[in-house]
Amino acid sequence: MNLGYILKRIGVFLIIIWLAATVNFVMPRMAPVNPIREKLLQAVSFGGAGKIDMERVVKTYEEKFGLNQPLWKQYLNYLWDMARLEFGISLANFPSKVLDIILRALPWTISLLLLTTLIAFGLGTLLGALIAWPRTPTILHILVAPLLTLSSIPFYTLALILVYLLAFTWKIFPLSGGYALGSMPSLSLSFLKDALYHSILPALSIVLASLGSWAIGMRGMMISGLGEDYITFAEAKGLKGREIFLRYALRNALLPQVTALALSLGYIVSGAVLVEVVFGYPGVGTVLYQAIRTFDYFVIYGVVMMLILAIGLATLILDLLYPLLDPRITYQGQ
Amino acid sequence: MKALRNHPLLIIGLIIMATLILFGPIASQIVDANGAKVGSAMPEQPPSAEYPLGTDAVGRQLLPVIVVGTPLTLRIGLVAGAIGLGLGVLFGFLAGYFGGWVDTLIKGAADVLLTVPGLLFLVVIATTIKGAVSVNMMAFVVASLAWMWPTRTIRAQVLTLRERQFVMVARLSGMNGLEIIWRELIPNLLPYLAASFVSAVGSAILATIGLEALGLGPQNEPTLGMTIYWALYYTSILRGLWWWWGPPIAVIILTFMGLFLISLGLDQIANPKLRRAT
Repeated sequence: MNLGYILKRIGVFLIIIWLAATVNFVMPRMAPVNPIREKLLQAVSFGGAGKIDMERVVKTYEEKFGLNQPLWKQYLNYLWDMARLEFGISLANFPSKVLDIILRALPWTISLLLLTTLIAFGLGTLLGALIAWPRTPTILHILVAPLLTLSSIPFYTLALILVYLLAFTWKIFPLSGGYALGSMPSLSLSFLKDALYHSILPALSIVLASLGSWAIGMRGMMISGLGEDYITFAEAKGLKGREIFLRYALRNALLPQVTALALSLGYIVSGAVLVEVVFGYPGVGTVLYQAIRTFDYFVIYGVVMMLILAIGLATLILDLLYPLLDPRITYQGQ
Repeated sequence: MKALRNHPLLIIGLIIMATLILFGPIASQIVDANGAKVGSAMPEQPPSAEYPLGTDAVGRQLLPVIVVGTPLTLRIGLVAGAIGLGLGVLFGFLAGYFGGWVDTLIKGAADVLLTVPGLLFLVVIATTIKGAVSVNMMAFVVASLAWMWPTRTIRAQVLTLRERQFVMVARLSGMNGLEIIWRELIPNLLPYLAASFVSAVGSAILATIGLEALGLGPQNEPTLGMTIYWALYYTSILRGLWWWWGPPIAVIILTFMGLFLISLGLDQIANPKLRRAT
């Protein structure tokens, strides 16, 4: 792997982060009334303080956060804060730090997403490869067809239907939450079992709704790959069908799939946010939903920033792994 | 009939979409749109002869809500999709035809924006203008992130078309850049343009419903996403009010199935290689 490629990819990563931070900085300032200031005034007025006090609190806040400084200085300060993950303090859950709230929720989201994405990607890719393979029994085609159709609908529609059928009507799975009410999150075996039990339905809705798109992509790549000369050559050499399937057809069709994975991480995360809301799952999606409901701006911006950071990192890692999968890229530029 | 046999997926998809688009205008002739207003009926009534799809917790009748909401959501999708396609065509042509730094800039921007979760960027934008959001504004917000796939698709196609012989011939015969784009490239790109439009509409509808379900939509309009938001807000699932979230979900699923079938059908036209049996 050459250094230029790595540096270029890290550059793109930094651009994404900078872009996200800038949008977060610019948007509230473009609004006719500064929403954060409004919210602060409102928060103080709920406290029953007089009008003069309110203005004073807002002034103190503006001084503390440097809002009376020139814009370019505020911007630099903001970028520096973001670089240190200093997202400020939650307005709705004063005085919790936004970072703490996010860090509490993040493990839930990451484990849910990592698991479901790996399962959906692996299983979907395999199914897609199989339905493109001429020797696959017809029964599999019939079984996979509904899954392909499911891939067109948003994750959360499936989540709503699953929760109604499997949790409300038949009570097989819990209705909502990430763990039983009354238990405290810990790393004990019983808690992990409980958490796993609660995560089956959210995971199932993400896997079922995303499986098909991997299968469709893989099928397309397999079909165009199967017409290539190296497959004919492998057949002529007398290689076994299994070997041609795994080492020739599948391996080559896999590369674009990895690119597609890197490109669709954002889509997956967006979809998962809403699945979390449907289930009241204790991840960042639910945190975001609560923050929007309570106009908790620092939390909203913090969650957005953190998720973009996480996705940027994941894409970066995937892109750096890519040359290892495709030897043709490794020697580029040497 | 011949068209149906050759492209069954495309035709079925088009029929579904046409039905959904016509559903609102036709049904509103029969159903009283005032029933979509808060307090127009007894709250939390299950479907009955009087309220065909039941009512929600604040007394909106679900049938009128769907009749009013479906066209609103489709309108957001179509307007945003059209803007997305328009921008995509513009950027795609600029990048593909002129190449050089224009290409690097446009392709880079599209790639960077594709990897970020669009919904989250939209959350920040929508949070800022919260409260004052109208249906049209929703369309513009969503359109701001619906142009990347069209840009990529069209750029890639323009790149391959540019080197084809008929474009060379056109250039030699003295056509200028715009003429070549209009008379030689666009006709060849039609299936891709159609596919890009469908995908832009799809991602726009997905984004708008997502934003609305998070509570960032037009608060006083009964769009499909807002209906889901209110259904979640009043915990309709835990209370067994299936007729509340069921209808909007059904319409959403139908919409995405229709778009999906159309895009599969268009894919078969544009990509003969994929035409083998499923």
